[in-house]
Amino acid sequence: MHYPSNMNRFFCIANAILPIFCVVSAGMFPVGLYYALIESPADYLQGDTVRIMYVHVPAAWGAMICYLIMATASATFLIWNHPLADLVARAAAPIGASFTLIALVTGSFWGQPVWGTGWVWDARLTSVLILFFLYLGYIALVNAFEDPDRGGRSGAVLALVGAINVPIIKFSVDWWNTLHQSSSLLRIHGPSIAPEMLLPLLLMGCAYFSLFVVMMILRLRGLYAGRLLRQMRMAATSR
Amino acid sequence: MSNRKYRVTMLIGCLAFIATAVALVLIAFEDSVVFFFTPTELQSKQINPERRIRVGGLVEDGSTQRGPSDAEIRFKVTDGNTSLTIRYIGILPDLFREGQGVVAQGYLHNAVFQADEVLAKHDETYMPRNLATAIK
Repeated sequence: MHYPSNMNRFFCIANAILPIFCVVSAGMFPVGLYYALIESPADYLQGDTVRIMYVHVPAAWGAMICYLIMATASATFLIWNHPLADLVARAAAPIGASFTLIALVTGSFWGQPVWGTGWVWDARLTSVLILFFLYLGYIALVNAFEDPDRGGRSGAVLALVGAINVPIIKFSVDWWNTLHQSSSLLRIHGPSIAPEMLLPLLLMGCAYFSLFVVMMILRLRGLYAGRLLRQMRMAATSR
Repeated sequence: MSNRKYRVTMLIGCLAFIATAVALVLIAFEDSVVFFFTPTELQSKQINPERRIRVGGLVEDGSTQRGPSDAEIRFKVTDGNTSLTIRYIGILPDLFREGQGVVAQGYLHNAVFQADEVLAKHDETYMPRNLATAIK
């Protein structure tokens, strides 16, 4: 094995960092929201509507990063057969789906006053909607099999094929004309967002990330317990 | 070749194959994937006047005119090289400004674009109001 296969050791570390991330998450959300909704200035063009960005953008980051984690774990599972990798992919899917839904809904709330429409079929919005359906498809597929190993394998193939969508989402605003604006942060000439507006955005990003870690560990614990239970049941019935 | 090496090669091979297929499809359907055309792109294309299309660009400074009725408005959309006159009857979005981005949907008739929907497109710049007035 290329990776430590000792599940107990992994959960020892995970259980140790869980309370830290719980505290960080509980602290970062009030601080981030205070800076986002009260302390930061209104935009010169959009006014207070720009505050939707502080909820929308970190959710969109989370949606994409979560998918990358899921795809990497799926590749690891297919190549090295590591049971933890399957659990990581399964644990990440509903969290990523939630982030994607938050990004879609808040984006619609933002688009309505700013663009004049809540939804258009441009490349960015459509590719994010596809991401949402990929998450739902993955969740449905891995749970459609009696044997979790076969379910995990089928899901891993779907997750890997769908990974092609992630660069399409990221670069859609550069490759094609879209109604959605392009990235403010990753630009050649530095971010095009004022520092006092970038700060709440990054704070909210940290808050989302720590919440993601907490949910991930909790879901991994639950999924692993389910696996152990299944093994025990099968051992009991075969006896 | 070991079993694991075989799996890695197969995986990378399949993914590269699918990625190429997706890329070819997206390139082939570029006209459908783009949300709008720029005025320069429209010039080089033969667009059927019956086809509903979108055109986008910046609203040219000083080009906005109110029509005979108050609801009618004319403005020019430019991409830096070419500009196109747009005629629209209806309510403009709040963020419609000269010098800002806009996407209009409608039909192209004799070099005038008859729009039935106008959406505002803002760029990726975010700054506080006092900074914006200081720059001006």
